Amino acid sequence: MKKKIAQYAFLILALLQGGSVAGQTADLVVGTDGSIPSLKQALELARPGDTILLKSGVYKEGAVLVDKSVQIIGQGFPVLDGEGEYQIMTVTADDVVIRGIEFRNVGVSFVEDNAAIKLEGVSGVRIVENRFIEAFFGVYLAQSQKTLIEGNEFYGTGTREATTGNGIHLWYCKEITIRNNKINGHRDGIYFEFVEDSKVERNLSWGNLRYGLHFMFSDRCEYLKNVFRQNGAGVAVMYTHNMSMHDNLFEKNWGSAAFGLLLKEITDSYITNNRFYKNSIGLYTEGSNRLHVRENTFEENGWAVKIMANSMESEFVHNNFINNTFDVATNSRQNFNTFDSNYWSSYTGYDLNRDGIGDVPFRPVRLFSYIVEKQQTAMILSRSFFIDILDIAERIVPMLTPETLVDAHPRIKKLNVPTGEKENEG
Amino acid sequence: MIKIDGVEKQFGSLKVLKRIFLQIETGRVTAIVGPNGSGKSTLIKSILGLVRPDKGEIYVNGTRLNGECEYRRQIGYMPQMAHFPNNLNVGEVLYMIKDLRGEHAGLDEELIHEFGLGQEMDKPLRTLSGGTRQKVSAAIAFLFDPALLILDEPTAGLDPIASSIFKDKIIREREKGKTIILTSHIMSEIEEMADSIIFLLDGSVRFSGPVEELKTMVGGLNLERSIARMMAENDEA
Amino acid sequence: MDKVGKIIKYQLFDIFRNKWLLFYALFFFVVTDGLFRFGGGGAKVIISFMNIMLFIIPLVSILFGTMFLYNSREYIELLLTQPVKRRVLFAGLYLGLALPLVAGFVLGVSIPFALYDDGGQLATLGLLLLSGTFLTLMFTALAFFIALRNEDRARGFGISILVWLIFSFVYDGIILFASFSLADYPIEKPLIVASMLNPIDLARILILLKTDFSALMGYTGAVFQNFFGSSLGITVSLLTMLVWTMIPAILGTRTFEKKDF
Repeated sequence: MKKKIAQYAFLILALLQGGSVAGQTADLVVGTDGSIPSLKQALELARPGDTILLKSGVYKEGAVLVDKSVQIIGQGFPVLDGEGEYQIMTVTADDVVIRGIEFRNVGVSFVEDNAAIKLEGVSGVRIVENRFIEAFFGVYLAQSQKTLIEGNEFYGTGTREATTGNGIHLWYCKEITIRNNKINGHRDGIYFEFVEDSKVERNLSWGNLRYGLHFMFSDRCEYLKNVFRQNGAGVAVMYTHNMSMHDNLFEKNWGSAAFGLLLKEITDSYITNNRFYKNSIGLYTEGSNRLHVRENTFEENGWAVKIMANSMESEFVHNNFINNTFDVATNSRQNFNTFDSNYWSSYTGYDLNRDGIGDVPFRPVRLFSYIVEKQQTAMILSRSFFIDILDIAERIVPMLTPETLVDAHPRIKKLNVPTGEKENEG
Repeated sequence: MIKIDGVEKQFGSLKVLKRIFLQIETGRVTAIVGPNGSGKSTLIKSILGLVRPDKGEIYVNGTRLNGECEYRRQIGYMPQMAHFPNNLNVGEVLYMIKDLRGEHAGLDEELIHEFGLGQEMDKPLRTLSGGTRQKVSAAIAFLFDPALLILDEPTAGLDPIASSIFKDKIIREREKGKTIILTSHIMSEIEEMADSIIFLLDGSVRFSGPVEELKTMVGGLNLERSIARMMAENDEA
Repeated sequence: MDKVGKIIKYQLFDIFRNKWLLFYALFFFVVTDGLFRFGGGGAKVIISFMNIMLFIIPLVSILFGTMFLYNSREYIELLLTQPVKRRVLFAGLYLGLALPLVAGFVLGVSIPFALYDDGGQLATLGLLLLSGTFLTLMFTALAFFIALRNEDRARGFGISILVWLIFSFVYDGIILFASFSLADYPIEKPLIVASMLNPIDLARILILLKTDFSALMGYTGAVFQNFFGSSLGITVSLLTMLVWTMIPAILGTRTFEKKDF
């Protein structure tokens, strides 16, 4: 028993001290002044299961192939420089660990998706606490599974979409965990295509050119407690079933086609306890059915929810709608979704029996949203008396807005809904 | 001396003053009389500069009126109806006028004392009766010891005692050589005070001269009857 | 010029004892206080307050101004018989009314703000106070102009209310109509100009940039916030407000100088 505790203590110590302790147990040490001057030589010498310690320094080795199950541990953040020409590291072996290394200057290519680290058909890989500076693609996973990407930082060039790849890119993957990363200045912060049963947790994705997070054809995934801030177009989730999105913060995604969260062809998914703050459009749904939108807070967005008529059978229950210019907008007089028991700050009804539920139903779709949909320049009339009068008239006798889009039980007081987004600052 | 030289004034299509030539002598009391709408007020307001004539010139003691305001320093004016800011008290109104004219010394405060306005100084104007307001207005007109006094129906709102104090004051001022212009509908009052009379009818001067001359002209009647007769003649003509 | 000051001084004595002004200040105090107490967050307070301000200030200023001029007719005549230049008198009368209205509004709003706000909305408050001040000056001047041009009280009040209606409602209706009927043309810039021609719209848009930024950013081209949000836009906006205050004030002065009383 005592022996076991000592073992754990050693392990924790090793974790705390990182490279230096690992260095003592390293099988191969690479250093510019040492016996092994390059990572490539070390990889040739290494046997599966070995640990390679990479001492600090700048290594310009072109393309490195990792085809053995080794651990490559950096000490004092050594730099692997791709000189703007190469894909730096390609991993084709399982159970590889890459930790504590700075990857720099990946070659930009219009033909190849060059990455700082590309995983091809592997399993059990761990990419932990690395830095990726001006990587075209940061970490690229193709046909891989059971892999962890944790605690890395990505700073892309952030100039043009064509010359910037994705921070973390997944293609045909399974059971991947992406946790505690910071991603900035890439095309998409995190990109999923044909990925299943994966989890995206506690990441901060900000200032990316297109989407902070982009899901395509990726079923049964979960993302939670992430912060998506000031990305070109927000977060997009497309052609996916059985998603769970909760406790995220979507904020300050501004622009004519900018969304906190864009949903396209999503079915049977849960959107809960998220906070949408100051986005041009908070939540946009198109062709998405059976969504459960519960206990979210939409605050100070241009449009809190924009729901296209081809979205059906979704429910919006127990959400807070606070100080949005438009709470709900739609493109049709038809409505096949349920709005119930939300709090609307623009609700002006009363609650005579004091049960916390307004006695008059609330119609969250303003006539003005219909007007702006037809003629965007009319936006300049927002909050003018003329528009207010039109809105009031429309609420009394709906002529152009969906008659059945009504919250029959509007809450009088703000709902106390937990939003567990991570408050890390970019 | 006031000289009115061919003054014409038209409000819309209505000719209120039709080429008026007049001289108002210094050191005399001149009464302007005429039925309602005859142009009395417009004439007075022209002298005060409240109304700008369409044609003609007005000279006040040699100064031609051209929009400049300094000549008004020589004028004390008492309007028909006195209105002051409601929430000011009497003292503040008096002080305001002094302040505006920048004259705080050499003031004639006789009327303030004789009307007993001293006790009213702290009362807001809105609480005063119409008569008391007239008294304040009269006191203001005389306050700066002006060479020319223009009094528009001055005794209309005054009680007999105040009225008598006021008339005495006018006579005293005339003795001092002041020029006084007044309008009134009370002919006995004019007979009592006025040296000259200007009779206006439909915007024209029908008579201008000493009171006695008017009386003899229409046959030695009293003033009221003389005026009434002149009006009647006008209707027949 | 010190005569302007003297006229203002005595008029302030008068107006500050007027209970309507007290009501006016109290109204803003109670509304702002209430909005902070029951209105939720800062942005909501600003928006609600903006709506009330843009409604009340022009209406009260124009009605109060018209009423003041008609009720002070004899007082003005009395002052006119004193050795005071007409333009001096006009400036005194105008500022003597507009400044207390500005003071009532600014105090009524600032006190609750100072009590409740943590300073986070200071810039927006400044914008609100500045817009409100300009609107007061402008609509008071308009009121004076209208009342001087119309001897008949009923007609004067009618025109005042009509002018208010045009600026507050009709104008926006026309803009909306125009933006639909000219939908095929690039109308953003003409619309910016058009909204500057109505000071109520201008004030509203300046505040809108603070409160509805997210929605405005959603608008294609982001023309409005690019213009109104820039330092050039703000300068031009403030200059426009100033011009809007000057025009009726100058027109009023000229009418006053030529008028027969």
